[in-house]
This record gives sequence, structure tokens and C-alpha cells, in this order.
Amino acid sequence: MLPVQIGFFLAVRQIKRSTLWSTVLITAVMTLTFLNLVVVSGILVGLIEGAQYAVRERYTSDVIISNLRENKFIEDSPRVLRVAETLPNVKAISPRYVVNGTAEANYQYRTDPNTIPEEVGTQVVGIDIAKEDAVSGISDLVVEGRYLQEGDFDKVVLGSMLLAKYLQIDSEAFPALKDVEIGSKIRLTIGDVVREVEVVGITKSKVDEIDRRIFMLDSQVRSMMRTSEFNLDEIAISLTDEKYADATKQALIANGIDKLAKVQTYIDAQPKFLQDIKKTFALLGAMISSIGLAVAAITIFIVIFINAITRQKYIGIMKAIGINASAIQISYVFQSLFYAVIGSAIGLFILYVLLVPYFDANPINFPFSDGILVAPLGSTMFRITLLVLTTVVAGFIPARIIVRKNTLDSILGRR
Amino acid sequence: MIKIKSIKKIFKQGEVETKVLKGIDLEIKEGEFVAIMGRSGAGKSTLLYQMSLLDTPTSGEIIIDGIKVSDMSQVEKTNFRLRNLGFVFQDYALIPELTATENVMLPLLMQGYDMNYSIKKAKEVLKTLGLDNHFDNLPNQMSGGEQQRVSIARAVVHSPKIIFADEPTANLDLESSKAVIKVLEETCKKFKHTVVMVTHEEEYGEVADRVIRIVDGKVGN
Repeated sequence: MLPVQIGFFLAVRQIKRSTLWSTVLITAVMTLTFLNLVVVSGILVGLIEGAQYAVRERYTSDVIISNLRENKFIEDSPRVLRVAETLPNVKAISPRYVVNGTAEANYQYRTDPNTIPEEVGTQVVGIDIAKEDAVSGISDLVVEGRYLQEGDFDKVVLGSMLLAKYLQIDSEAFPALKDVEIGSKIRLTIGDVVREVEVVGITKSKVDEIDRRIFMLDSQVRSMMRTSEFNLDEIAISLTDEKYADATKQALIANGIDKLAKVQTYIDAQPKFLQDIKKTFALLGAMISSIGLAVAAITIFIVIFINAITRQKYIGIMKAIGINASAIQISYVFQSLFYAVIGSAIGLFILYVLLVPYFDANPINFPFSDGILVAPLGSTMFRITLLVLTTVVAGFIPARIIVRKNTLDSILGRR
Repeated sequence: MIKIKSIKKIFKQGEVETKVLKGIDLEIKEGEFVAIMGRSGAGKSTLLYQMSLLDTPTSGEIIIDGIKVSDMSQVEKTNFRLRNLGFVFQDYALIPELTATENVMLPLLMQGYDMNYSIKKAKEVLKTLGLDNHFDNLPNQMSGGEQQRVSIARAVVHSPKIIFADEPTANLDLESSKAVIKVLEETCKKFKHTVVMVTHEEEYGEVADRVIRIVDGKVGN
């Protein structure tokens, strides 16, 4: 215990009376290392988490019900809808009709019937405009024109990836409509029903499932499908809190809905590749961070080594007057600890008070997601522990090297 | 108090051997003020380092208070120095980031005394040495003479049996040198410390009870 107290006594005085600039410099290195540890992997993971968030917010919501593989639609859709409406914590529900179709543009100017029509395969989605907006906030996604209104007959909102000017990939594998603007007429085909519709809006969400769809009023889609039955294809359920997703899924299953449709939470419905990329990015982030950690360890090693070597004489004198080696080594461990803790504390402040709120308010605009900074407290604390331990070891080793030198050699400055 | 038997110290550098101490026998009594004198390179400082356990002789025995200290491990030597020895170095050797009081209280803290007692005791000793205006001064805020007096305070604060002083006046002006020697002399008499001082200045050797002259690695006449 005594060497710890003496070590602390010496460390406090050495830190207190060291030059301000050296303290600022070392602390800055530790802060930057901490941020490197947390922010690099946090942004990489945040890119994918941003994509997952967008899929949940814009497409699946918290729970999504869709048709079973063997059925074309959700069996007994009105009953499924009724059950969903009775469940607790349900905030909004959007029933959707989803049907495959094609959209053709510029057919007015196609004079030669042998030329290939300019068309794209798509999913036409019939929505209740108010309910869909309450679940997915689709009206906020309209980047040109306007959202659908009641009475919008033969009017559609197009997903941006159906249009060449947004897709920006000139490939036969990704067909897109050219020269389609707000007010343009396109030819929509569902089965054998063909209808000329007007484009009133364009949505852009960074979620492929949304951006390759065409949205119409549900009554319009049903009329094109020539059905008067309420055979829904998707029901997206928004909850008061995402934490109820699993409980809601279980409640639906308990009501036998899984016999009529596929019931998934937003996690179940996430594309697997996103989860795989997230793991890969986390690994990549850890690798980059570990380089940062090594740099910090080397920096602290050099700083403590130089400090100890320039104070070699005084270390020798302390040993001569009876201060034991452990106390002197511990004083350097405390100094390293001080720099690591102060650096991490400043880093924590920058992270949670500045960076996380900033990236939440201003996500990084990536083509496939709005990247946020993911820094869960548990993992951040783990990284701090890692940084502190590395720093302490990096401070202890050079101190031990110098302290172990012969006392008289240290005092006389002999090698 | 201190018995030295056939102490030899040989420094080796590659194939070259330098015999600095060539078999020294001597005895120093309790409470004695001894000056070790000799020409530069005679081996007087080397002898002091062997006696004060800062260095290990190539051969021979050192016995302090009946204990054969030359056979001790480094850790045992450190503990022995802490409890029984005090040091005054040529260049004061104060820890630069510690105030005068903190420098002086260091051996007390290491002996397990609490902070309050150590501060009180350190200030008491500093006051005795006329440094009551310098309690909170860092070494670089004091003159050479003042620093050396702080160094003496650190050497005596824990009431060691023996004080070793290696050329304590070498970096001081005449006035400060006289003051430092006077303090050492008074300390020796007042507290019955045994003082072993290395000096090359004849004038200061005269204040000692006995002068041991080292000539070419041996005790001279």
C-alpha cells in the first residue's frame, strides 16, 4: 500500500509541475486515440445501421406482415388487420396492395413498333395515403412534385430508382425511364390492364424496396387488379416503441396470424447482407482502431521513456534515499493513467455531447444510407478500458527499464 | 559503527581493468565526524559509495552496526539506506518538482509516517536550518546554499545513524560552503550522527574529528 501512496504523491506533483504544453499534447494524443477507437468503427457500423434504420422507418416499420410463400396474398386480410388493430402499443397500421407491373415511358414518340419499348418492371403499391404516411412518413420522401391526395385518379408517385436521372447507371441490367418529369404521362400495365397515368411526385429514400416502387391510391390499384376483395399483400405496423416489436409478433402468432401470413419483426425482415456487412465493418473498424491503439501505446511509451531517462538521475537519488523501486514505477503508472483517463474523459465529452448529436442531426450522405455515428455506451466503456490498460502497460515498461538500472549509474549518469 | 575489511573495487571496461580501491581497511566510530580526503581520482568517492551501499565492492566486507551489509540484496540495501543512512550530494540532488518541504518529507513518507506528521517534521527541520521562508519553494527558486541545506534537512529528517556527504561544498561559494560545513558539524554533535564526508578542501577537513587520506586506492598516512 505504501508504494502506491508514495507513487501517487510523486505522480501528482510531477503532473502538477510539468509544463502545460506537454500535458496538453499528451492528453490530446490520448483524446484523438480514443476518438479514433470509437469514431472510425462507429461510423463504419453507422453506415449500415443507417441503412437498417431506413429499411425499418421507410419500409417494414416495426412489424411487417406479408403473404406466405405458398399464397399470393395475406389470407383473410380483414381479420389480420382487425387483430393487429386490437394489439397494445400499436401506433399506426398501413395496409398495402403490392402487384407486379411494368411502366413504359415515351411511348407517344415510338413510331416504329419494332423498336424496343422504354419500360421497366416494377411493383405497383396501392396505399391508403394517410395510413401509409403515418407509418413510413412517405410524404417526407417526395423530392420532386407532391405526395398523393384523395381523388388522385390515374396519378402516381414514382420511386427515384425507376428514373435514369436518379439511378445514374447506364446498364441493361438496371433499366430506367428517361425524360420522365413531374406531369409526364407513363403507361402502367398490371396483368392485361393498361392505363395511362400521370407522374405527380418522385420519392427518394435510399431504400431499394421503396425507390423501385410506384405508389397509387389503393382503390386505383384494386381497380387495375380487377378485384373487389380486400386481399392485402403487406401490412406494416408501427409501434409506440420498437422494443415492443417481438411482443407484438408473438401476440399476432398467438392469434394464429402466422397460419395466414408471414409475421416478422423489423430485425427478421432485414436483408441478411446488411447484417453481414455490419459485422465486416465492425471487424474492419476494430482493425483500424487497433492500429490507433498501438500508436497510442508507442506514444505513451516514448513519452514516459524520455521522461524517465531525463529524470534518471533523480530516480537514482530517490532510490539512494530509500524510496523503493515499486513506488517510482507506480508513479509513472499513475501518470500514464492520468493521461489516459483525462484523454478518454475529454473524448467522451466530444463524442456524446458533440459528435453523436451532430451526426444524428446531420447524417453522412452515403448513396445507400444516411450514415450516423453508432457509439453504444457499453462498447465505448470497453474501449476506454482497453485504452487505459494499454496506456498503463506502455507507461510501466519504460519506467521499469529505467528504475531497474544500477542506482549509482543513474545518479552519475553512467550508461 | 562502520567496519571495512579489505575492500577492493575494480572497474572493467572490455579487457581493461581499473583498480580503484586496492584493499582498504578502516573503522569509524559512532558519532564520529570523518573527512575522507585525497587527490582527484584517488578513490575517495568510490569508497564512500561502497560504504553507503550505493555500489557493491568487488571484494571485501562492510559491516555497519554489526550487520554485514555488503551481502545484502538490492531491496534490503534500499530498506537499510532508508532507515539508517542519510545522503548529501555534491549537486544537492533535490527532486525538481517537489518543494523544499516535500523533498524533506520523502524519507518519512516512505517509512510509513502519515502526511501531516511528515509535513510538520520536515518544516521543523527546515526551520532549524534557517529555511523557514522556503517551505514551499521549488529547488530552482532557491540559491545553491539554500538547496544544499534542504538536502541536509532531507538527510537528517529521519534521524539516520550515518550521514554520507559527497563533496557537499563543491558547487558552493565560500560563505555558503562554510555555512553547510557548520550545519553538518552541528548536526553531528547535536544529534550524535556519524558523518562521513568526502572533500578535497583541506580547510573543511580540519573541522572533522578525523581525516582519512586515500592515496592511489589505499588508506594513506
